[in-house]
Amino acid sequence: MFTSFIHPALILIIGALILPFIRGPLRKPYLFIIPILTFAAVVSNSSLSGQFGTYQFMDWQLVFGRIDRLSNIFVFIMGLMAIIGTLYGLHVDNAKEHIAAWFYVAGSLGTIYSGDYLSLFLFWEMMALASTFLIWFRRGKRSNAAGYRYLIIHTIGGVILLAGIMLRYQVVGDIEFNLMDVKNPELYTWLIMIGFGLNAAVVPLHSWLPDAYSSASFNGSVFLCAFTTKTAVYTLARGFAGFDILILLGVIMALYGVIYAVMENDIRKLLAWSIVSQVGYMVAAVGIGTELAINGASAHAVAHILYKGLLFMGTGSVLYMTGKTKFTELGGLYSKMPATVIFTVIGCLSISAAPFFAAFVSKSMIISAAFETHLNWAAWLLMFGATGTFMYNGLKLPYFLFFGKNNCSRETWEKAADPTWNMQMAMAAGAFLCILVGSVPSLLYALLPYPVHFHPYNGYHIAETFQLLGFAALAFFFLKKYLVPEDKLCLDMDWLYRRGGSLFVWVAKHPLQWFDTAWGEAYRVVGLGPLMIISRFWSWFDWHGIDGVVDGIARCVRAIGGRVRTLQSGQIQYTIYYAASFTALLLIAYVLFQLS
Amino acid sequence: MNKLIDYLSERLTIVIWTCYGFLVFIMAYSLYVDKSHAHTWVEQNIPFFWSVFGFAAAAAIIVIAYWFGHSGIMVKEDYYEQDSSSSCGCSKTQSSSEHA
Repeated sequence: MFTSFIHPALILIIGALILPFIRGPLRKPYLFIIPILTFAAVVSNSSLSGQFGTYQFMDWQLVFGRIDRLSNIFVFIMGLMAIIGTLYGLHVDNAKEHIAAWFYVAGSLGTIYSGDYLSLFLFWEMMALASTFLIWFRRGKRSNAAGYRYLIIHTIGGVILLAGIMLRYQVVGDIEFNLMDVKNPELYTWLIMIGFGLNAAVVPLHSWLPDAYSSASFNGSVFLCAFTTKTAVYTLARGFAGFDILILLGVIMALYGVIYAVMENDIRKLLAWSIVSQVGYMVAAVGIGTELAINGASAHAVAHILYKGLLFMGTGSVLYMTGKTKFTELGGLYSKMPATVIFTVIGCLSISAAPFFAAFVSKSMIISAAFETHLNWAAWLLMFGATGTFMYNGLKLPYFLFFGKNNCSRETWEKAADPTWNMQMAMAAGAFLCILVGSVPSLLYALLPYPVHFHPYNGYHIAETFQLLGFAALAFFFLKKYLVPEDKLCLDMDWLYRRGGSLFVWVAKHPLQWFDTAWGEAYRVVGLGPLMIISRFWSWFDWHGIDGVVDGIARCVRAIGGRVRTLQSGQIQYTIYYAASFTALLLIAYVLFQLS
Repeated sequence: MNKLIDYLSERLTIVIWTCYGFLVFIMAYSLYVDKSHAHTWVEQNIPFFWSVFGFAAAAAIIVIAYWFGHSGIMVKEDYYEQDSSSSCGCSKTQSSSEHA
């Protein structure tokens, strides 16, 4: 184990740079060892406290290693997820995919450890750029387009964040990243919050998430679902704890994500909407800002990464084996993918906050924090959203994917099977951790930023949960015909910029094209006629004036040459005759000229 | 597991009535459980509160999502592709190079 601070991002970055040179049988052990070393560095660092890796750059002190309990829990789960995610994609030959994933994780770890805005921004952008490749690596038209949209949106978010950082530096005079004065927000407070909020998929800045995560490669989305949004939750918890507006935004996220997930036909897009909803709980908790709430946000981030990673691995397995992701092209797969079914159902129970599963011990902390701060409206709405979470993730997803009507084509059905051993191992690890966290919450609570005085396992909480889940299931049983997935696309706020692009094309195609045509016609009538007349004149002048003189001389010379040529018979006597005659003429002419 | 699921599927009526029995048991249990951990008055004083809440919330979410989806939010799967292909004259077909 290490004795001093070692930045885990450095291990991943160096590991990623060396990876292309590690080939053959060494590749898989290498892929496994680097995340293990990264996690070991994270665990080792957790015994430290304070600021490490400081570096003086111009007038600023950069802090690459701010270690406290808040950063520790987030880097802990990120490091753990790096192992699970890499294990899941261990069989992927394309080294570039692993490199992108490791740079992405490095960006996340770097952001969390950053104690200043400059190094934070550096890692923040590294995260955005590397994650774009995880979308593009699925290839195809849809993923290419989604990747570009993702990159553009995150670039805009990065610019807003940078503007906030610069404005703050102008006002405050330092670049330290700490809790802001959220009771008296300045313009830079809002800009930085928007920059962080975009990555947290805060509504209405969320549309990039379902668009991108459903378009990524089967293993890319396992990484994507864990790092961007939860890193953003960390930054919000670090800088904006107690910022009231986040409560409202978080509740809107929780409900908005539920409604769209219920409507969704694509299994991975459903999970992406679920991220919007679940991150809403964390954002609301950050807005509440009490110790219990921040503990709840941190605990739910850990639980969420575990169960969401597991669910994306389960649906990723379906995609990997069948090539399909739509309910309307799947169904009834339990007999073909039994192991995948078990792991996915564990993920479903975990997100549904069923007793002994992960979210049971984390989501309830957030809702309790809302009740304890007398934010009853928020608590009730979050409970309403929690019922919806069970509806779409605990019931709709497993029912229509594994047990409901079989919509598989013959080809899809034949391809369906449990995936490779490493994918199953990764899912098994995720499932085990979901149950471990849910069953022995003290393990999770020991990592939380503040001392925990919360006990999820009491008779009332268990009775409340079973009633909620049981009767929500009853409603599903009676009303499931209204939940049958349809092969449709759900319009969202990305309509504005995707249609905005189309509007641009339309403007280019219709008004601008019309103007261009009209301009061309006007030019043809008004400008081209006179121009042609002038051109014809110059052409005539050129022909008859310039060329006339030149050609006249040429014709003259040619005529003389022709005449001279006829005189050239080749006989010496004729030549002497012509020369003598010509000389005589010259002499006569000279004499006459002198006499006159 | 397949055999277990097939076994239960063949006895679906029994499974359904067992689930109903479980719900009745939960409701009965909620009457006797210690409510000192409840946060609000309604939880403490309205019997079967969370049962009613769970059913009503789930039903409301289903109805809202169904209405919302069929009010124009759910459109054809190739909605954006149609739009872009009509704009640029490109092919609508998904690239065959897309993989998992």
